[in-house]
Amino acid sequence: MYKKKIVPGVVKTVLGVILAGISWMVASVLVPKIKKSILTPYHYGEDGFWIWLILTVIFAAIGVFLLVLGIMELVRTSQYNQKVVQSGSYIKKTHEKNGFVVFFSNIGKKIAKFFVGIGKGIADLVKTFIHGDWKTKISYFVMGFGNITRGQILRGILFLLFEIVFIVYMVLPRGGAYWLSMLPSLGKVAPNPHGAYNEVLDQWVATPGDQSFRILLYGVLTIFFIIAFVYTWYVNIKQNKIAEEILKSGKPLKSGKDDLKSLVDDQFHKTLLALPTLGILIFTVMPIIFMILVAFTNYSSINDGMNNGLFHWVGFENFKTMFSWDVGGVNYSATFGEILLWTLIWAVFATFTNYFLGILVAMAINKKGIHLKKVWRTILIMTIAIPQFISLLYISKMFSLNGLINGFLIDLGIITPDKAIDFLGGNNPVLARIMVIIINIWIGIPYLMLIATGILMNIPADLYESAKIDGASGWKQFSKITLPYMLFITGPYLLTSFTGNMNNFNVIYLLTGGGPTNPAASGAAGNVGYTDLLITWLFKITQTGTAQDGSQYYLASVIGILVFIVVGVISLVVYSVLPSVKNEEDFQ
Amino acid sequence: MSTKEYTVSEKRHMGMKAASRISNTVIHIILVIISVIWLIPFVCIVIQSFRTEPTSMSRYLLNHPSIQYSWGFGNYINLWKSDFPRWYLNTFIIALVVAVVQTVIVLCMSYTLSRFRFKLRKPLMQFMLILGMFPGMLAMIILYQVLKDIGLAGANAIPGLILVYCASSGMGYYVSKGFFDTIPKSLDEAARVDGATRAQVLFKIILPLAKPIVIYTVLTAFMGPWGDFVFAKYVSGVTPSAYNVAVGLQSWLATDTMTNNYYTMFCAGGVVVAIPVVILFMCLQRYYVEGVTGGAVKG
Repeated sequence: MYKKKIVPGVVKTVLGVILAGISWMVASVLVPKIKKSILTPYHYGEDGFWIWLILTVIFAAIGVFLLVLGIMELVRTSQYNQKVVQSGSYIKKTHEKNGFVVFFSNIGKKIAKFFVGIGKGIADLVKTFIHGDWKTKISYFVMGFGNITRGQILRGILFLLFEIVFIVYMVLPRGGAYWLSMLPSLGKVAPNPHGAYNEVLDQWVATPGDQSFRILLYGVLTIFFIIAFVYTWYVNIKQNKIAEEILKSGKPLKSGKDDLKSLVDDQFHKTLLALPTLGILIFTVMPIIFMILVAFTNYSSINDGMNNGLFHWVGFENFKTMFSWDVGGVNYSATFGEILLWTLIWAVFATFTNYFLGILVAMAINKKGIHLKKVWRTILIMTIAIPQFISLLYISKMFSLNGLINGFLIDLGIITPDKAIDFLGGNNPVLARIMVIIINIWIGIPYLMLIATGILMNIPADLYESAKIDGASGWKQFSKITLPYMLFITGPYLLTSFTGNMNNFNVIYLLTGGGPTNPAASGAAGNVGYTDLLITWLFKITQTGTAQDGSQYYLASVIGILVFIVVGVISLVVYSVLPSVKNEEDFQ
Repeated sequence: MSTKEYTVSEKRHMGMKAASRISNTVIHIILVIISVIWLIPFVCIVIQSFRTEPTSMSRYLLNHPSIQYSWGFGNYINLWKSDFPRWYLNTFIIALVVAVVQTVIVLCMSYTLSRFRFKLRKPLMQFMLILGMFPGMLAMIILYQVLKDIGLAGANAIPGLILVYCASSGMGYYVSKGFFDTIPKSLDEAARVDGATRAQVLFKIILPLAKPIVIYTVLTAFMGPWGDFVFAKYVSGVTPSAYNVAVGLQSWLATDTMTNNYYTMFCAGGVVVAIPVVILFMCLQRYYVEGVTGGAVKG
């Protein structure tokens, strides 16, 4: 018998205390404000308070729940451990650690390892320089020199070429050095599309000026490039050291031909990964880094840093805007809170309604004695085949004010033409929200049905048979066998579909466009509506803008970062408690 | 007929049978209702595409005397005369190129991450997991500016879209990696012992076994561009000749009024777009199901 670790219980307790504490602090700020806003009507931000209050209460509830859970677990574990010790037959064993602890201790370890590695690398470089021969020493300045003189022509030429390209890029007039030097200020002379008067030419000449956008973009790229160069330089020296040692021991070096050969053999993974990772680096990583940086600037369509004005660093100003009660009469804090709340509600409903209804439909189709199984399945699968934008746009038209559904209702005499229901727009936020959830069920069930069918078939049939012999009812079988099995297998899928739903742009944008408009948030950028998710809000901010502010890209970036944080925290918490996230090697 | 004595267990058995017959009937009815609900939009869209009078309000269920309605192929003829063939061709080209390139990239990525054990493997996978948590919408603003800068936005949106779709496709490796994980490693090792290079192992042994996932990847890669709306809209801007079908058809619906024919033309366009995709999908359905149930869940 093993002892149980107390770590999970401790983690839950501590997390619960932290959550409850944060909620308490937020509440202590909120309550006086609410009192004040009740006493003084028309006080800015009064609409927003209740949303934050709800969020706070939810957080507090989760905190208390975790606290109770943690303490109960602690008690249970200690009782169990006492029993184990008393029984006198326990074995000491290193247990599997709790996901949380592993995660954080791993991060700590990795950071430490990183710095130790750098330190070791530098020490290594110095040692190699002192002890190496003259070929190696020259390679510190002329990359690839050692390789060429030792007969590894191909490697040497590649190293040398890289160095030349790097140096040329850095010293060009508008090259790396220029971009780097401009990065702290993001440009000094604003571009002027109308131009300045040039007396020599006697005409107006457009002045390009500095372009903040390019400075930020190429500045980031230059930093990438420098890191790549330093790494290559380090590899170059290391290779010299290795080559020296190999020659000393009297063995032959690898030729260029061997190098090429190893690219389809030992080093095949490098060949395969080169292109995909390069693509991801340039078209995914770089834009994300850029946009994270944008959150700390005032980049907008007015200050676009290309044709119009410069933009510059503003520090945490935009985050302050997003969390403040009153910026120029706009309560971003309340707007954000409201949209976040709806995003979470939407994600929960969209995920779980689809999940359970999908399983039910799959079970119904798979049940013994049901005819035409293939037909039912094919009809549902067709929804996956038809491009989503067609079905979504069509459904949005079906439910619109002068759409099919209203037409039927009028013809059947249920409503009069002047009382047509605007299901998705209108001034009924609750109806619109319910409608998008229902329509999302229509979209999502076929997919879940497919997944569930595959898994249901894998549940061992004898489980059900023995349950039947024991007299278990249909519901018992479902809740004790089917559901736990499904939840275990599809745990990770549920998580990804939850986060996917939080960012489910298409369904919301194509159905309602975020509407109906939320009058309480009319001052905020992006024409906020009641069904807007954070992601559609982000998009709408980039699309709409006022004459004076333009499209406030910086606010969109702030929202993007916040979405990342929310999704990241949820994923981290769920991953650490999921039973089915095991070592991936187990599958193989 | 002689009355027969039933034992208790037989009676119970019969009772259960009757119960299951009732429940099966109920389930059949529910399935019929579900099928109707799922089919209604598609049936309606096909019917509406043959209407020739404008406005989206329809009263075909009950014969309403106040509305003059007529049927015909007018919408399909208008479709042919409009920008639609251009949009269709655009989308088709994008889908074709993306299907090829994306498949190659995804297979490279997933095969490597499934089979090779190298130092950066775990960090790479974790890094991509974290990257995936950033809303992709964010990258759009800058990607658009960059594409505009190198002249691949607006009128030249098609190559720009292809570039972006292909370049970022490495992120979608999960499903096929899950599939590769199920192919026993002992196959590779046996071939390696016999002197095959890594590349030979991939092309001669693994790929033939991975046919379902290859088809799944091609299918999803081909279907993706038909539905992409936001980014395509962003990149093509106000140049109708560079729209894909999604952006084009949406632009019709957005300008739909009581007097123009855009709504019914949208329906006709939707039918024309859906038919080839649905046929392709139905032919390759088996592989799709295999991919979804095999790889997606494990991923």
